Amino acid sequence: MINGVLHPKNVVAQLVQHGVTHYVTLPDSETAHMYKALVDEPSITIVPVAREGEAIPVAAGLFIAGQNPIISIQNAGLYEAGDSLRGFALGIGLPLVMFIGYRGHNRKGDTPDSAAKLLEPYLHMWRVEHFVVESDDDLDRVPLAFDLAKKTNQPVAVAIGTEYAKADSEGSEQR
Amino acid sequence: MITYADACRVINESRGEAVSVSTMTQTKYWNAISQEPDLDISIGNAMSKASSVALGVALGDEDRTVLCLDSDGSLLMNFGTLATIAGMAPKNLYHFVFNNGIYSVTGGQPVPAPGVEYTKVAEACGYASAYRFDDIESLASDLPDVLSSPGPVLIEIIVKSEPQAEGVDQTWESNAAMPLQLRALRKRLTGSDDWGPGGPFI
Repeated sequence: MINGVLHPKNVVAQLVQHGVTHYVTLPDSETAHMYKALVDEPSITIVPVAREGEAIPVAAGLFIAGQNPIISIQNAGLYEAGDSLRGFALGIGLPLVMFIGYRGHNRKGDTPDSAAKLLEPYLHMWRVEHFVVESDDDLDRVPLAFDLAKKTNQPVAVAIGTEYAKADSEGSEQR
Repeated sequence: MITYADACRVINESRGEAVSVSTMTQTKYWNAISQEPDLDISIGNAMSKASSVALGVALGDEDRTVLCLDSDGSLLMNFGTLATIAGMAPKNLYHFVFNNGIYSVTGGQPVPAPGVEYTKVAEACGYASAYRFDDIESLASDLPDVLSSPGPVLIEIIVKSEPQAEGVDQTWESNAAMPLQLRALRKRLTGSDDWGPGGPFI
């Protein structure tokens, strides 16, 4: 059981602060409330894709055109997107922050969900640095991810280790 | 049936200052005649994703026409892109599909369904319009009007097969060229040379 709550509004505030222009995504169950919060944010355009493998090359195209995109996909989708990660992020040196839904994650150290078991080993295998965010208390890691991506010209993952809360749920909102 | 060389020549005549995102066999013909190399991207290192990159560029620079020179095998590998493009509806994106029914660069094996009519699929997904050409005269006469209509538009070109007898060597050299092309294009589009080295090649 993870203590604390992750409020979408606080995450959106971080994205706005970093000048994110486009949110390229294939939604998953954990990010439903995040999607709703983004719909209400006029400075960020949501770009829905039909399959996760499209997300990184779409983001690459946006970056080439001068925009500042991020992607948001589930861990299972990241596995599907492997060749895009190779060819269009690692291969070209793309400074891209990737929000990855950490489906199946818990702090017990064991999970029956292979999507969760494999995420961090998978990121290590690709040599992708990552930060885990489980609550509002962890949001100071998001700026670190943006800074590292820009500094290294490489993709950096932010693994969202909990389901986004409803906007009116318990816990303080930082915005 | 149209040759790759003729199709690329006709498209180039109407290109103006459009960005081009090409992949597979047509790339070598396009690169041979393009007069705007810093507006060109050749996707040699990530088969099937040309249309996704083109969509990103089109959304990111709505005043710039974007030509995607895709192929049937590549499109089949990323078929959901048609729905994604239709959903975002970029008015500046023109999606060419060079259809020869085979995988040319691997020796000419047939694609899973050589009879797919990509124009019908694009229309069903919600593209603004779709056209199919199998003779060069019609392509040459109609293309200026096609490129004047609002996107997203799919233009299917039935091309004469050119299977590579020994396949194409996907060398590291083609992989290494793409990051430099992408940086040149970003510089051209934004006026800023701010994308530094990164990745295994630069």
